[in-house]
Amino acid sequence: MSRLSVLAGPGLNEGMEHLGEHRARLGELPRDGAGVIDVLERSGLRGRGGAGFPAGTKWRTVAGNARGNAVVLVNGAEGEPLSRKDRVLMETRPHLVLDGAALAADAVGAREVILYVGADHTRARDALQRALAERPADEWKRTTVVSAPVRYVSGEESAAVHFVNDGVALPTAVPPRPFERGVDGRPTLVQNVETLAHAALIARLGDGWFRDLGRGESGGTALLTVTGAVPHAGVVEVAQGSSVGDAVSAAGGLSSRSSAVLLGGYFGGWVTADEAWGLSVDTMELRSRGHALGCGVVAVLPEHRCGVVETARIVAYLAGQSARQCGPCVFGLRAIAEAMGRIATGGAVGDDLDRIRRWSGELAGRGACRHPDGAAAFVASALRVFGDEMVLHARRGACSGGAAARAAVAA
Amino acid sequence: MNNQLLWYTTRGAGAVSLVLLSAVVALGLLARARVEGRGWPRFLTVALHRDLSLMSLVFLTLHIVTAVVDPYTHLGIGALVPFGSYYRTFWLGLGAVAVELMLALVVTSLLRHVIGARLWRGVHWLAYAAWPVAVLHGLGTGTDAFSRWLLGITVVCVASVLGAAAWRFLSPGDPLARERRAAAAAASAPTSMVPR
Amino acid sequence: MERQAVAVDRIRCDGRGACAELLPEMIRLDDWGYPIIDAGPIPDHLLPHARRAVKSCPVLALRLRAAAPAGVRQ
Repeated sequence: MSRLSVLAGPGLNEGMEHLGEHRARLGELPRDGAGVIDVLERSGLRGRGGAGFPAGTKWRTVAGNARGNAVVLVNGAEGEPLSRKDRVLMETRPHLVLDGAALAADAVGAREVILYVGADHTRARDALQRALAERPADEWKRTTVVSAPVRYVSGEESAAVHFVNDGVALPTAVPPRPFERGVDGRPTLVQNVETLAHAALIARLGDGWFRDLGRGESGGTALLTVTGAVPHAGVVEVAQGSSVGDAVSAAGGLSSRSSAVLLGGYFGGWVTADEAWGLSVDTMELRSRGHALGCGVVAVLPEHRCGVVETARIVAYLAGQSARQCGPCVFGLRAIAEAMGRIATGGAVGDDLDRIRRWSGELAGRGACRHPDGAAAFVASALRVFGDEMVLHARRGACSGGAAARAAVAA
Repeated sequence: MNNQLLWYTTRGAGAVSLVLLSAVVALGLLARARVEGRGWPRFLTVALHRDLSLMSLVFLTLHIVTAVVDPYTHLGIGALVPFGSYYRTFWLGLGAVAVELMLALVVTSLLRHVIGARLWRGVHWLAYAAWPVAVLHGLGTGTDAFSRWLLGITVVCVASVLGAAAWRFLSPGDPLARERRAAAAAASAPTSMVPR
Repeated sequence: MERQAVAVDRIRCDGRGACAELLPEMIRLDDWGYPIIDAGPIPDHLLPHARRAVKSCPVLALRLRAAAPAGVRQ
């Protein structure tokens, strides 16, 4: 990666890049007010929190709704357990994030910036606070740091706004959406930290530079958390349009054989390894093939682990992380988790598998937020990739690999 | 005008209003308790609750009008002002209070799609005040031979409402409500929130 | 005239089920009593029933709004 990329530069993953080093590497941040929105739109930058919404469009919408009273909410909550990229970014390149926040505040006419981080992510929060202290006075005067409980749904847009307004990090029923009425009822731009970091580079180097950096339709680079059967698990930066195989190589290649990859984290889905290696790391490309980049997690299933057991564990986690505000999610997801648990341990009841199919089919779109949708898509991907294994588990309690399912799930 | 007729109409309409009002309160409680069974569709409890409350308004109007125009009671329109009449001031005043509370309930309910769920629900709690006040008004203003009947009717009404209330407050409650409370508690765990 | 569709506030919905009784052509209940709604445009002959269903929801969770394309399930 060139020194002009997000993570590249001195001391990657070793420590915080202070303001002096940051300026030396990248130069001053040009302040163009609302002009940066045009550049962003041309660059095609999409949100990196998981939804992949075009950043320029979002900024323009908030700028249009605001009357000089907008709020910028920098979303670094990173609720996905497998993901590390936002934390690594905040810990090592906080000034890129703060640059992006300053650009956003100028562009939408915000006099208030909120840095929204997880309460347990102390290193990231400390780095942001230290970096904030190095910034000009007008920036740290209008910025507050807010820490939310680290739960899966805490990073959801409306949950973040809800927490800032009322102290409860649970999604709310929309409308109104944050870009109409958010913090204190004002138009609020909620943007992921990685997106803001990319915006900070685009403002300096132009939309053409960003587009050229990508290999396919999308421009720029992407931060991915590569984990599982790789020797150097961690956060890597690859050009958009690179393959998943390239990302795994950047983490040292495979440390064991693998049958499947979890792409996009718990909010994404399983892909067979053979198909995965060739997939392009590109939000829109993946979506058109029925996959999701989500928050950029690439988790390679090691051969000694059982996909059915892992799926059961993840669904149980997702059910437990439900905001528990909507009936279909609370009861439907819980029932799916219980049935999956029974299948994984060989205690399956009669038509558990059919019921899982029916329930997950009924789950999408029936909650106030997208949590049940993500869970349903995840379960559907598991049914596709591990369908045969599930039938074996349901009958015998063990998979073709002979793994001791009961012990693994009990662990 | 035959005074006896007016007087009996007042008393009769009042009694019917009490019965209807008690049914309305009981149905409201049962709706909250999610009572349902075979042959009793879910929408019926709430629909009956609503229809009977409108019907009770009709009988209430009859009760109030005949009482006001009755020359024996010397009530003017001032009777509708709580405790503003000269005739059995306190007990009549209770009746006026009950009517005003009921009007608030009915008007907010008719307009609930406009005023929103939170305001509507807040005002609806006044039902727990309106009904006992109405019952007391009925007991306090009865002095004639009719009163044994009224006492009997009142006892039945009170028993029904108390029975429905027991059902409502002793039933396990909405499973989702419990989940929501637990989740909200977990999601607002102590944090280092910097005051803004 | 703009077509209307049924929508529900998922957080307010308590699974009371009155809506499914009054508009069974477009609303059915899942295993736990929560509505599965056809979010397509409401046919003209069902519009009065839809309005009645909206009025009958004890917690004001049901409402009518501008329709999404037919076949979208909510």
